[in-house]
Amino acid sequence: MSEPAVETPFSDRASAALRDRFLQEALGIATTKFIGLRRESFDGFPQGDALRDQARSIKEATLERLDEHLTRLADNVEAAGGHVHWADTAQEAREIILRLCRDKGVRMAVKSKSMATEEIELNEALERAGVTPVETDLGEYIIQLAHEKPSHIIAPAIHKTKAQVAELISQVAQAPLAADAEVLTAAARVQLREKFLQADMGITGANFAVAETGTVVLVTNEGNGRMVTSLPRIHVAVMGIDKVIPSMTDLAVFLAILARSATGQKLSVYTTFVRGPRRSTELEGPDELHLILMDNGRSGQIAGPLREALYCLRCGACLNVCPVYRQIGGHAYGHTYPGPIGILLTAMLNGTESVKELAHASSLCGACKDVCPVRIDIPRMLIELRQHIGEEKVAPRTERVVFRVFRRLAMSPAAFALSARIGRLLQRPFARAGRLRRLPLFLGRWTDARDLPPVAARTFRERWKDLR
Amino acid sequence: MITCLADMFFPDVGVAMVTLLRRHGVSVDFPEGQTCCGMPLFNSGYREDARELAARTVALFAQSEHVVVPSGSCAWMLKTEYPDLLAGDPALRGEAERLAARTWELSQFLVQVLGVTDVDSPFAGRVTYHDSCHLLRGLGESRAPRTLLSRMKGVELVELPGADECCGFGGSFSVRLPEVSAAILEKKLDNVERTGADCLVACDGGCLMQMSGGLSRRQSRVRALHLAQVLAGDQS
Repeated sequence: MSEPAVETPFSDRASAALRDRFLQEALGIATTKFIGLRRESFDGFPQGDALRDQARSIKEATLERLDEHLTRLADNVEAAGGHVHWADTAQEAREIILRLCRDKGVRMAVKSKSMATEEIELNEALERAGVTPVETDLGEYIIQLAHEKPSHIIAPAIHKTKAQVAELISQVAQAPLAADAEVLTAAARVQLREKFLQADMGITGANFAVAETGTVVLVTNEGNGRMVTSLPRIHVAVMGIDKVIPSMTDLAVFLAILARSATGQKLSVYTTFVRGPRRSTELEGPDELHLILMDNGRSGQIAGPLREALYCLRCGACLNVCPVYRQIGGHAYGHTYPGPIGILLTAMLNGTESVKELAHASSLCGACKDVCPVRIDIPRMLIELRQHIGEEKVAPRTERVVFRVFRRLAMSPAAFALSARIGRLLQRPFARAGRLRRLPLFLGRWTDARDLPPVAARTFRERWKDLR
Repeated sequence: MITCLADMFFPDVGVAMVTLLRRHGVSVDFPEGQTCCGMPLFNSGYREDARELAARTVALFAQSEHVVVPSGSCAWMLKTEYPDLLAGDPALRGEAERLAARTWELSQFLVQVLGVTDVDSPFAGRVTYHDSCHLLRGLGESRAPRTLLSRMKGVELVELPGADECCGFGGSFSVRLPEVSAAILEKKLDNVERTGADCLVACDGGCLMQMSGGLSRRQSRVRALHLAQVLAGDQS
């Protein structure tokens, strides 16, 4: 995948995010709110745990026979009058869409929120080809106006404060608007209505695609998804091959936990089912429906170490609870998918080398695994990624040496005990009032913000002789 | 088992645990060959090195009836990861599984094995409790420490807002990304100070290292103590 190389090291990007006052304000408020809403929603939903187990089993079983489910999906989409395209890579997916635009004379495309199209950097490709993409999800619209990328899987403009949003929408309205959610939404609605009517193509992702019926399912809150799938003459849906599920019964299981995990809603405001283009007896709907089934590195992990990441529903719950994400936001990660699951998805899409820093952007606190609707064991997979990075000798040399020395010491009790004595000698120049306030080398950055306790005057091992 | 952090940096925690266990009739041994459970290596992806440490730790505690650890994360390492790490050798794996079944984090050992909920400790004060990640989400324990604290006569336990959120330590995480780690810590300590508690209690040397380091840097009046110290009646 042709993601542009990120020049600055991750730790610098993270530090910059920590200093961004707007980001800190917006992020703190939003993630805290999401956490509370999710918790309340599951507290009043005793069957939630069982449904999460069931959802996980469905994902496991579906992956076992992914080829069959995908073939069935494709057959049923075609039987309903749709067209199915298979894309091995992001580039192939882009080319399919660009070819459609060319062949059908498309000048403007309205989009509903889709991480799959972010993954393939579709907007940039459309612009280069002279097609105007217009994001119609409010959050996506905001960041498109700001010329930015989404910083959260479901709340793309989570990093923006109300005042910043007011400024962006006021510019389009050519009038100063109050920093009030209702005022700004109403203004955006007027701005977008025109685009819906002008657009030749509507582009969406897919939250699910049901194999037995050939139905593409979209989970949205603003109603823009319906406009995108019904007003323009062509509808293109882009989905990763991991989004297929066998049946409508399965869908019910996922719908019961997806919105709860994401926003704390029982169901999102709109759940849109798209089955084929408009039929001759119907009044509304597009003339053509195209479904793009995209692999882009996914099938390689069906039997791989990142397999569980293919269960992901893209609810964003793991981002909201991640202590690292909550401090630095999505952009610092430097890739399409941020947060704990984003690290795994980035490794899947771009290879392990691309996450050699990010694999360590977690304290392994386990909050992500705890809230994941399909219980993806993210901390375990991060550890495995770290292992892989270590074995490939991608890890920095100093680090490998430090751990090698530590292992030597820990394998020998005598050396371990001796290291305490050496530590006591080395720390002498740095100890002040029983605390270490400034240390050299890599420990210096630790003591920038915290004191370190000194090695005790007598270790437990040394005191045990008197305790025995 | 005294964890490496407790051995080197917080020996008082080890001493308090020994005092406490003896007070409740437990005969305590400290196999002196012990070093580190291997978690720092394991978490950073040095699985083979962690495996070697696991193998020697399993052998070292083969004779112990129960292994009590003043740390949720090290207990979790022994209970959850050792059997997996040693899966390649059926005999070792069996040993590891038996060790896992006999290993207890201190508060769980007191409540579940000894059936102790009331400890006789002179400790007094307003305390708040931080859930260490591995004890809470790894071992699923949030009640035992709270039960023990809330039943102490001199203790007023106040709930910490966001008690279940990470303190930002995460072992080598705090060295690799010190600024992010410190930012997470600041949020935690703001919450701690808002409770009005004069003592912050946790069950893990890692969290204590992080949080006490932050408290002393901001010259807070709040002290960070290990649960063992509070239960044993540390008045230092």
